Amino acid sequence: MNEPLLQVKNLSTSFKVDSGEVRAVNGISFNLDKGRVLGIVGESGSGKSVTAYSIMRILVEPGRITGGQILFNGEDIVQYSKKQMREFRGKRVSIIFQDPMTSLNPVYTIGNQLREAIMLHTDRNRAQADERALEMLKLVGVNSPEQRLKQYPFELSGGMRQRIMIAMALCCEPDILIADEPTTALDVTIQAQILELMQELQKKLGMAIIMITHDLGVIADMCDEIIVMYAGRICERGTADEIFYNPRHEYTKGLLRSIPRLDTNHARLIPISGSPVDLTNMPKGCAFASRCDNCMKICLNELPEELDINDCHKASCWMNVKQVYEEAKGGIA
Amino acid sequence: MGEKYLLEVKNLKQYFPVRTGWFGTKPLKAVDDMSFAIKPGETLGLVGESGCGKTTVGRTILHLYRPTAGEIIYDGNRITPQNVHQFRQKMQIVFQDPYSSLNPRMTVSDIVGEPLDIHQLYQSKAERTERITELLNLVGLNSDHARRYAHEFSGGQRQRIGIARALAVNPRFIVCDEPVSALDVSIQAQVINTFEDLQKKLGIAYLFIAHDLLVVQHISQRIAVMYLGRIVETGEADEIISHPAHPYTQSLISAIPIPDPNTARARKRIPLEGDVPSPLNTPSGCAFRTRCRYATERCAQERPPLAEIAPDHSIACWNPHD
Ligand SMILES: Nc1ncnc2c1ncn2[C@@H]1O[C@H](COP(=O)(O)OP(=O)(O)OP(=O)(O)O)[C@@H](O)[C@H]1O
Ligand SMILES: Nc1ncnc2c1ncn2[C@@H]1O[C@H](COP(=O)(O)OP(=O)(O)OP(=O)(O)O)[C@@H](O)[C@H]1O
Ligand code: SF4
Ligand SMILES: [Mg+2]
Ligand SMILES: [Mg+2]
Repeated sequence: MNEPLLQVKNLSTSFKVDSGEVRAVNGISFNLDKGRVLGIVGESGSGKSVTAYSIMRILVEPGRITGGQILFNGEDIVQYSKKQMREFRGKRVSIIFQDPMTSLNPVYTIGNQLREAIMLHTDRNRAQADERALEMLKLVGVNSPEQRLKQYPFELSGGMRQRIMIAMALCCEPDILIADEPTTALDVTIQAQILELMQELQKKLGMAIIMITHDLGVIADMCDEIIVMYAGRICERGTADEIFYNPRHEYTKGLLRSIPRLDTNHARLIPISGSPVDLTNMPKGCAFASRCDNCMKICLNELPEELDINDCHKASCWMNVKQVYEEAKGGIA
Repeated sequence: MGEKYLLEVKNLKQYFPVRTGWFGTKPLKAVDDMSFAIKPGETLGLVGESGCGKTTVGRTILHLYRPTAGEIIYDGNRITPQNVHQFRQKMQIVFQDPYSSLNPRMTVSDIVGEPLDIHQLYQSKAERTERITELLNLVGLNSDHARRYAHEFSGGQRQRIGIARALAVNPRFIVCDEPVSALDVSIQAQVINTFEDLQKKLGIAYLFIAHDLLVVQHISQRIAVMYLGRIVETGEADEIISHPAHPYTQSLISAIPIPDPNTARARKRIPLEGDVPSPLNTPSGCAFRTRCRYATERCAQERPPLAEIAPDHSIACWNPHD
C-alpha cells in the first residue's frame, strides 16, 4: 500500500484568549491520497478553517498547534523550519482563503500580485510570469483580463476577487489545494466552471483537493470522501452517498434537514435548535448532546468512540452503539 | 396606481471611471438603466453573474456611491446626497464581505451598539446591553460573544455580527448582500427564519442579493435576474425558477448545485460558452448574445427591451424559448 500524500494525526489547535483557551480543533485525524477530493463540512465555527491554517502553519496569534502530527509524504511538517515551510507553501500546498482580502494586498495591482506569486514559486521570469497571469485570469473566466491586471482589488466585485485568489492558488500547480469556501461569491454558472477547472487539474496533475464548503450541492458533486465537523472534532465521515442517504450522526441528520429545497411551498426551514458549545468550556461527553433529541445518559458523560458503520463510513454517536447492541440482543433472543 | 411602493428605483445608472493606458479613463457601466420597485414587507431577490453589478445597485440605493443618473425614491421621497442622512435609520445594508466590513479592533458589543449610540435608541446603559444581547440572540450568538473582538470569530460568525448590526436600528428596508453565504445550512436556516419573522412582525422589505438560488427562491416573493448591469428577467419567484424564459436565466437555473448525489449525477447543465463580455465594452444589441444559444442577427443590432411575456413576468430577449 502506498503511503497517503497527507496524513493528519490527532491534530489539536487552540487559541489562548482572555476568557480561556478556545479549543478550535480537538484531536482530528484524516488521510488524503494523491488525486482525491476530500470535502469538509460542518457548523460555522467548528474548526474547518483552523484545520486548514494548521496544515499550512499560518495560524495567527495566539493560535498554537498543541498536539498531533501532520505528515506530508511521511515527513512531519509540524517540525519544519520557517525556510522549509516557505518552500512547502505555494509549491506543495496552496490555499484559497475564505476571505479574499487575506491574500490580496489592497495597495498593489492584481497583475503585480499574480506576477510575484508566480515568480516566487516557479522559475518563470518576469515576462513569462505576466503571460501565465493573463492565462490564469482567462481560465477563471474574469472579463477583460488585460484590464483587470492593472486594477486594484477594491475595483473588483466580490466574485472577481475570489477568482483572482483561485488563479493565484492554482498558478503554481500545487500537489494539494486547500479550498476554503472557494465559490461563495460566485454565481452558479461560474462556480460550475471553476469546479470543472479544479477537477481538470486534479485529473491532469494528480492534484489532491481539500474542499471546505457549506454548499452541500458542491460537496455532493465533487467529493470522494466527506468529513463532517462539529466543535473541533470529526463526528462523521464517509462517501457522499453514505453521508447523504445514510447519515449516522445526529448533527449530520439535522444539517441535511435544514437545506432549503427547490420547491414552491415555501415551508419554514428547520434549523437545529439550541446553540453551539462554548469551545473554552467543552462538555465531557458528546459535544452535540445538549442539542440532540435522542440524547441518552451516556452521551452526557462519555465521548462517543468512532464506530465503523461499513467499509466506507464511520460515525461517532452513541446511537450507533446502542443499535449494534440491540441488534445483537435481538439476534440472541 | 394601485399599491404603494416602499422603494422605487428608476433608470438607475452607475458608471465608474477606469484608467485605460496612461491617459484618460473610460466609463465602466456597472449599472446601466435599471428600474424596479419593492413594496413594504416584500422581498425582491437579485441574482446574476458575478460582477454584473448587484452590489453596486445595493450600495447606490443607499447613496454609498453617488448615482451617475436615475432616481431612488423611498416612501414617496426622492433621496439626494443632501437629504440621505434622513434615510439612514430607515435603510440598512448587510455587507457582502464579513471580514473587511467589521472593525477588528472593536468588540462585538461595540459593533452592534454603535448604531444604537448614533441614533440614540436607548434610555439607560442597562437597556443598551439588553438590546445588544437580544440582537445577538436573534442571529444565534450569545452574550458571551459580546466582549470578544471581531477578529476572533469565524467567517460565518462575523457575517451574523453584521446582520445584528443592521437590525439594531429597526430599519424598514435592508439591502442584504450575500447575507448567508458564509453560514452552514443550519445557521443559514435560523437566520433566514429570523429575516422572515422580522418581515412578518415589522413589515421590513428586503433587497436580497445572493448566488444561492435555493435560498433566493425560498425567501423571495419576486426575483430580478441581472446580466451586465441590466435586468434581463423579472417576475414572481416561483415562476422564474420553474419557468425561466430568458436564455441566461435558463442556464443559471440548470447549474444550481443540487444537494443530492444521485440528482447531481443525473442532471444536465446548459453550459455558457463564448466570450465573457466586459462592462467596459458592452456588446451591441443584446449584451448576452456572445454566449447565447439562440442568438440571431437581430440580437446584434437591437437591444431587446424588458417586456411582459405573461402577467408579472418580463424578459429582455428577442427569441424567448420554453
Ligand atoms: N484569532 C482567534 N482568536 C480566538 N478564537 C479564534 C480565533 N480564530 C478562530 N477562533 C475560534 O476558533 C473556532 C474555529 O474557527 P474556524 O475559523 O476554524 O471555524 P470554521 O469552521 O471555519 O467556521 P466558518 O464556517 O464560519 O468559516 C471558532 O469558534 C472561532 O471563534
Ligand atoms: N469602486 C469601484 N471602482 C471601479 N469599478 C468598480 C467599483 N466597484 C465595482 N466596480 C465594477 O463594477 C462591476 C460590478 O461590480 P459589483 O461589485 O456590483 O458586482 P456584483 O454583481 O456584486 O458581483 P459579485 O457577485 O461578484 O459580488 C464590476 O465590473 C466591478 O469591477
Ligand atoms: S435577445 Fe438574442 S442574444 Fe439576447 S438572449 Fe435573447 S436570443 Fe439570446
Ligand atoms: Mg471558515
Ligand atoms: Mg457583489
